[in-house]
Amino acid sequence: MALKVEHEIHKRRFGRNMGVALVLVSFIFVVFGLTVVKVTSGDFQPQKPEVQQ
Amino acid sequence: MSDVSFDSKIAEREAGFGDYFALLKPRVMSLVVFTAFVGLLAAPNAVHPMIAFASILFIAVGGGASGALNMWWDADIDRVMKRTKNRPIPSGKVDADDALAIGLTLSAMAVIMLALAANLLAGFMLAFTIFFYVVIYSMWLKRSTPQNIVIGGAAGAFPPVIGWVVATGSMSIEPWLMFALVFMWTPPHFWALALFMRSDYDDAGVPMLTVTHGRRSTRNHILGYTVVLAILAIGTAFTSIGGPIYFLVALVLNLLFLKGAFDIWRRDEDASETDNFAVERSFFKLSLLYLFLHFGAILAEALLRPYGYGGWAWL
Repeated sequence: MALKVEHEIHKRRFGRNMGVALVLVSFIFVVFGLTVVKVTSGDFQPQKPEVQQ
Repeated sequence: MSDVSFDSKIAEREAGFGDYFALLKPRVMSLVVFTAFVGLLAAPNAVHPMIAFASILFIAVGGGASGALNMWWDADIDRVMKRTKNRPIPSGKVDADDALAIGLTLSAMAVIMLALAANLLAGFMLAFTIFFYVVIYSMWLKRSTPQNIVIGGAAGAFPPVIGWVVATGSMSIEPWLMFALVFMWTPPHFWALALFMRSDYDDAGVPMLTVTHGRRSTRNHILGYTVVLAILAIGTAFTSIGGPIYFLVALVLNLLFLKGAFDIWRRDEDASETDNFAVERSFFKLSLLYLFLHFGAILAEALLRPYGYGGWAWL
């Protein structure tokens, strides 16, 4: 008898964990992309120029 | 208890990733994505592609979250209806509490992220849409009035308005025309379904028009709503989101839709049962194409606008 029995549930659990991991990594990329666009398009510039001095 | 029985019990209860994804009603989500996308592109302001992508994504997640909350609330009637008994909660794949947790978490995340990515008004509109679908429609109206579909249709009609608000940050008449298109389309679409999925809503005790006012009255209602929808859909051709392409598409589709509604109105139950509701079924299929092509035509007008061919001005 094999020492380690691979049950169908292990595959399902692995698939679920991979799915959640992919969603989280994609979310990081979306937030990063948004941040780059917002910063480069000037959305986060202070409204009064003298604040920068 | 043997190891084998212990294992199989866990195996039955543990959901896969696909089961959680099914909670988000992917097919409804695809309609939300498409109409929100059209609303965003039909707006006069250009949006950075990354902001447009993220906004549509968060609108889709918000729509999916409201689907999960709807499944959590409606699990008892979903168990009874043929059409819904294989959904993740009634089939035992996902716990109702898990669905609630996923729905609430994704709702909050989608609303906050949309407000940050686009603007506060868009975030507020998404929050209101989720509230409307879950609380006003699912919890309150669905089980208490035969007008459930009419008022509930509003929830599905908000995405193009949210898409417009993402681009402009403000309201105007055009997104509400797209809202009205989905809003008026929903009742005939669902009542046709209720005519041929006859026992489902009776069994679940949902006060569908077919149950409360009878099937004759439902046929009358389908025709009445389709006439108003046709006037509205063709009239939209002469606004700033319409144009000759939209006009031609709307004219053909609305003539076909009116003919279908008229055929349904003219038939009685005996005629319908003889051919197993063939006319009602084909009207339902046409209704799916109807909405897709109307929004497709609005999209075409919007995409041609930068080249000088959108709207009526170039003719």
